[in-house]
Amino acid sequence: MGDLYRALADPTRRTILDELTDRDGQTLFEICSRLIMKHGIGASRQAISQHLDVLEGAGLVRTERSGRYKFHYLETAPLSEIAERWSLPRKEKDR
Amino acid sequence: MKINVTSVLVDEQAKALAFYTDVLGFVKKTDIPAGGARWLTVVSPEAPDGVELLLEPDAHPAARPFKEALVADGMPYTSFAVDDVQAEFDRLTALGVQFTQQPTEMGPVTTAVFDDTCGNLIQIAAMQGQPG
Repeated sequence: MGDLYRALADPTRRTILDELTDRDGQTLFEICSRLIMKHGIGASRQAISQHLDVLEGAGLVRTERSGRYKFHYLETAPLSEIAERWSLPRKEKDR
Repeated sequence: MKINVTSVLVDEQAKALAFYTDVLGFVKKTDIPAGGARWLTVVSPEAPDGVELLLEPDAHPAARPFKEALVADGMPYTSFAVDDVQAEFDRLTALGVQFTQQPTEMGPVTTAVFDDTCGNLIQIAAMQGQPG
């Protein structure tokens, strides 16, 4: 599993996650189009593909082939690792 | 110089003609034998003298791998203008057309992407507040 924190450190990769939250299950083309048209991120298809590889390596994105197409899905499970690692014991008065 | 013909590489010309006319709604313009295949074009009924779309066989050995690679990444190589992307999505979905991208607002333009059943993805697009 790749590094979760490194994967999240890049603004383009966070934007990809934002867009997958808007609609889960996108082709590479749709992700690239959204980045260019909605965010002015004109990175090459290859660069976006590499960003997706990093996200997939960190477990934040899952790819699934459906027939001849490949779709990308958001996986938020690794994020709970962050919440658990730094979770504070709740104070008595807050209960 | 002007652009009068553009082409899509199709796996079967007869099937392509049926899809591009019966489903999409284009009309046949030219159909003549050409070296074992046909010089087969369609036009939009909205522009019968406009650009012709050539339904060209994808028989060249490089064509199939090229098309398959584009399709895997969801990339349309051809785009058509429509007045209302959502309305076309609804109409085509009802006719059994498969979309790889539902209608999506992309800044000034709304787009969607569908499979032409001949090995290609096609984009339909409409500029906001400006009929195709």
